[in-house]
Amino acid sequence: MSPRDDHAEVATATSGTPGAAQRGNTGPVWVLGMLLLRDLRVLTRDLGQFILRTVMQPLLFTFVFAYVFPKIGQGIGAVGHAGPSFATILVPGLVAVAINFQGIQAVALPLVQEFSYTKEIEDRILAPVPVWMVGLEKILSGVIQSIVAAAVVFPIVLLVHAKGQAPEVHVASWPLFLVVVLLASFLGASFGLLIGTTFDPRKLPLLFSLIVIPITFLGCIYYPWATLSPIPWLKYAVLVNPLVYMSEGLRAALTPSLPHMPEAAFLSVLSVGTLAMALLALRMFHRRVVD
Amino acid sequence: MSGIPTVTPDSSRLATATTAGVSPIRVVGLTKRYHSLRGDILAVDAIDLEVRSGEFFGLLGPNGAGKSTTIGMLTTRVAPTAGRAEVAGIDVVADPAAVKAAIGVVPQTNTLDRQLNVFDNLYFHGRYFGMSRRVARERTAELLERFSLADRAKALVQQLSGGMAQRLMFARAIMHRPAVLILDEPTSGIDPQTRVNLWELLTELNDEGQTILLTTHYMEEADRLCNRIAIVDHGHVLALGSPSELKAGLDADTLVTITFADDAAALLPTAEALPGVRRAEAEGRVLRLFARDAEGLLGRVVTLAAGAGASIRDASNEPPTLEAVFLALTGREYRE
Ligand SMILES: Nc1ncnc2c1ncn2[C@@H]1O[C@H](COP(=O)(O)OP(=O)(O)O)[C@@H](O)[C@H]1O
Ligand SMILES: [Mg+2]
Repeated sequence: MSPRDDHAEVATATSGTPGAAQRGNTGPVWVLGMLLLRDLRVLTRDLGQFILRTVMQPLLFTFVFAYVFPKIGQGIGAVGHAGPSFATILVPGLVAVAINFQGIQAVALPLVQEFSYTKEIEDRILAPVPVWMVGLEKILSGVIQSIVAAAVVFPIVLLVHAKGQAPEVHVASWPLFLVVVLLASFLGASFGLLIGTTFDPRKLPLLFSLIVIPITFLGCIYYPWATLSPIPWLKYAVLVNPLVYMSEGLRAALTPSLPHMPEAAFLSVLSVGTLAMALLALRMFHRRVVD
Repeated sequence: MSGIPTVTPDSSRLATATTAGVSPIRVVGLTKRYHSLRGDILAVDAIDLEVRSGEFFGLLGPNGAGKSTTIGMLTTRVAPTAGRAEVAGIDVVADPAAVKAAIGVVPQTNTLDRQLNVFDNLYFHGRYFGMSRRVARERTAELLERFSLADRAKALVQQLSGGMAQRLMFARAIMHRPAVLILDEPTSGIDPQTRVNLWELLTELNDEGQTILLTTHYMEEADRLCNRIAIVDHGHVLALGSPSELKAGLDADTLVTITFADDAAALLPTAEALPGVRRAEAEGRVLRLFARDAEGLLGRVVTLAAGAGASIRDASNEPPTLEAVFLALTGREYRE
């Protein structure tokens, strides 16, 4: 006879359901908040890395385009060039890039690791909330990191420039500015969730050459959309790029003196796009998590 | 089939059990069919199970039997194709979040949070499950102590040895005092010493009243730990009972196994007729005899084989194990 055969009856008599006593705070909003706290812990532990990753690209861009080029009288942004300084064009563009890529990176990169062969994702999936809320938490976490990135990048692009090349920035409408920042952050983070959920980890290096770089260069960050008129096919082709609407939206909010898309256009695309992207990403996330 | 207690859906028994109190786990007709490019796979085929409060229950079966899929459905990670599963009285499909609040899970792979250190792995788990900061800190300290991880509190989980990572997963699973602790092959790929330690831990937890559902493909593990075992194969529950019930069901006190140089089938009819043999099976070159009160059976088989001109390569004689039960149920040798 096995040593433990007869414990069953005894144990039945003595034990209750221990889980019941412990519950209380496990409302979905609580769990979501705790998952965000966890992300915050990870973020603050790697704060230096976060800042470096966020700051380098815009810092180098403004340095080269708004400081070096005007100094050496080279091409765009050269002294004596008519119209607004190139720094003025760059401010909204670089803030938009920062928001967009922070959102994509902050959500997609950890997620790819969590989905990799050991399925670390289960650690969070087993938290007592519906699966879609774990996905939503990842979007919210990305949104927060995007907004922090925007706040870090903004002073840099504002302050780094050659003498006389200061960007002309004034917030024409705070509500518009905040709405655009928020929508852009949600869109980027939702896109990140979609990428992290559907991208094959082995193809991760392709993420940059296939998605990040094309989106950046064709995202109207170095030029207002309206100035693409001489190349009509390109002007309309770039409309599939979400970054275009983020850049143009921030242009309208920060540098209204420059040409920019009508408010109704970028606001409607950003809000409908965000909603559609978030729903699609959450759906794919659920499908990936639940067999 | 022999007298091994096999499983038939018995709704009256299930009904009685629920009126006496909520079963930690209750499964009726649970089915999972995977659709893949190479055709459909029926991973779990209409199984019925019930785990009683305080019980240490084992799902035992070879690789691919459907154990992980069953665990997946009970932990809300796999959507059932048909049937019902309730954990702590909650339907896994209707309210997965509430089910997750009632279970602690040790999955088959290392799913620790690699971005967090050892302490935070437990601490945040406690927070997800509703603990205040203070309670989560205290419980984390208590569990780190209990699982001999206190001096590793600040280590990242990548720096842990396999055994330590496993202990941390145990600690995480019981952190929030779940109604049911569910473990999927917790000791596969672990060194024997660590395995024995984990067995002790599990036994201790169960003695404290923790209901446990464990899957394993190690016969010995199921035999040593579990109050009751469901033997599963190809998505079916083949037999269910305590280890001693399962072995008693063989109606044999000895299993004689003889390996011949050639096919064993020719000897089957004569061997079957030997005194004391309850059942005989030939699988390739192997002949197996389940016998009772059959003193000297091995010698008689050797004589028989010599008379028939068959040469013997190997012979053994042992009391029936769960391996023998699996053999009797499937006609196949159990391969771990
Ligand atoms: N996600 C999946 N998609 C398709 N088939 C699967 C999937 N998961 C498991 N299976 C198949 O289902 C069967 C049971 O698998 P599993 O439940 O993992 O068995 P066990 O845990 O007992 O080894 C196997 O044939 C396996 O190949
Ligand atoms: Mg398995």
